[in-house]
Order: sequence, then structure tokens, then C-alpha cells
Amino acid sequence: MIKKIKPFIPMILFGIFILISNLTNFQPGIDIFQNFLKFSKSMLKFIPAIFMILGLFEVWTNRAIIEKHLGEESGIKGYFWALVLSVSMIGGLHVAFPIAYSLYKKGASLKVIFAYITFTTVCRVPMNLFEISFMGIKFTLVRLLVSIPLMLIFSQVLSKYLSTKNYKMKINVTEE
Amino acid sequence: MFYLYGFVILALIVSYLINNQKGKKSFKIGSKKLIKNLPIFFNMIILVSITLYFITDDLIIKFLGEGNIIEGLLFGVSAGSITLMPGFIAFPLSGVLLEKGVTYTVLAGFTNSLMLVGIMTFPIERKYFGTKVAIIRNVFGVILALIVALVTGIVFGELI
Repeated sequence: MIKKIKPFIPMILFGIFILISNLTNFQPGIDIFQNFLKFSKSMLKFIPAIFMILGLFEVWTNRAIIEKHLGEESGIKGYFWALVLSVSMIGGLHVAFPIAYSLYKKGASLKVIFAYITFTTVCRVPMNLFEISFMGIKFTLVRLLVSIPLMLIFSQVLSKYLSTKNYKMKINVTEE
Repeated sequence: MFYLYGFVILALIVSYLINNQKGKKSFKIGSKKLIKNLPIFFNMIILVSITLYFITDDLIIKFLGEGNIIEGLLFGVSAGSITLMPGFIAFPLSGVLLEKGVTYTVLAGFTNSLMLVGIMTFPIERKYFGTKVAIIRNVFGVILALIVALVTGIVFGELI
């Protein structure tokens, strides 16, 4: 019961604060409420649409198939699938690490793994939707066009360097 | 915004026509996520409206450097590297800051380091990749965030 109410406590307290401020003509409270209305308007207008896209996304993408392709291929195709997989990711880095590890165990090459991890941080569809909505598409395009090539180079260089060091991903990771 | 909603409605209809069940399920999952996340959004907006009452525009602009864009950028990158903030909170917040006069360059530094550098997720990363690789990747993240921010600044005409 308490757990269910918990997210609403700030709203209830805020509501009481605003009510009292309005009744007693407490100017800071009234100003804060004006802020609240202004920000709500600008933040909430895109949000229903974005969540609908997320719903469509979750239903129509099949992670298992994507993973299979990534494990088999290497080279440019491997990068391509790393990109596709990272684009369709939901959840942050903490989800990407276990996925990367299971790919590694299935025999995916290190460069694909690193490409996947770095792509994941910048390519996820939901995040990009938020970014485009609030910052404009130009901002997002600059970011993607600059970071993806550099990430490819980074994965290539790092995996090459590590292969000379006989690097292996840690095997005894405790499952969480 | 009109196009966004148009696209969403069209996509839902097409999805429903191709596969009734999947179409319905998409809508259901979307609404469920929306309802689940609404309190988080409202709490964030409350927090932001209170904070921004005390932190005046002048103060933000002073910190995120209207005068000195590089100083602001370094501040933005540090803030982004340290904090862990989901994109659905970071970008609306950046939108507000943009309206307040913070530059695209500084916001690019902030949002990119937020995505690329994870001091909070470092312990998990280290567990999978080892300390050395985790450090290398995060340092690369900082450098990349700076590069992206600088290019953004040039493209938006804020630097040159």
C-alpha cells in the first residue's frame, strides 16, 4: 500500500503547498506554480506519442533473431548487426553488458562487442526520440554523424590492441 | 508535433491492420508504460520548478557560461559524467535550459557525457570487462563527448 502511494507523495505535498500559497498569497509559492505549469506544458506534449512508439517497438522487434545474426557474422556485417541490435535496445548500459557477455560467449568477436557497447549508449531509439523532440533533429544528426565513425575506429583499435594482450572477457561473472 | 502524432496514429493503424493482436498489444504496452511513468515526470517537473525558482536564469547562465563557452562546456561534461539520469528526464530538462539561454554546445557536452560516460555504472562495467578496459572506454567517452560538443558548437554557429 505504502509502496503504491510513494510515487504520489511529492505531488500531494506539492498540491497542498500550492493550495496554501494561493490562499495566503505567498508569492514564491505562486511563482513556483507558474513555473510548474509552464514546464508541464513543454515537457508533456510529446510524451504520449513517444510511449506509443515504444509500445509498437517492443511488440514488433524480435531480439532473439537479431542476436543470432550478430553472433555468426563478423566484419562489416557484424558492425551492421551491432548497430541494429543497439538501436532496438530498451534499457541502459546495465542491460547491454549482460547481452554483450552472452554474445561473447556465443563467439562474437571483440570488435563487434565493443561496437555494440558503444553504439548502445548513443543509438537507442527511445532516447533519440526524446532528444529530437526537445533539441531538434539537427542536434541529434550532428551527434550521430560524429560519434558513430569514431566509435567504429575505437572498437577496431581497442580490439586489435587487446588481442595482442591476449585479453579475455571475465568468465566468472555472477548472474544478476 | 503534428507530424509526430500523425505518424504514431498511422503506425498504430497499420500495425492493427497487419496483425490485430499485435496492434492492440502495442497500444496496451504503450499506454501502460505511459501511465507508469507519469508520476516520475510530474515529480521531476515539481523538482525542476522549485529548483529553477531558486536558481535564477542569471545564475544558470553564469555557471553554464554564456560568456565563456569552454568553461560552461567543461562544467556540463563533468556534470554529465557524474550523474546518472535517464534520457527521458535529461532531454526535457535540456529543452528547458535551452529556452533559458544555455548554448547547444554546453547542452551537447552535458547530454553526450551523460550517455557515454558512466561513473555510476563503472562497477558493473568493470565486472564484465575488467578495470583497464572499463577505464579506457570511459576516457574515450569523455573525449568523444567533448568532440561532439565542439562540432555541435561549430554547426550551430556558437563557436566560430
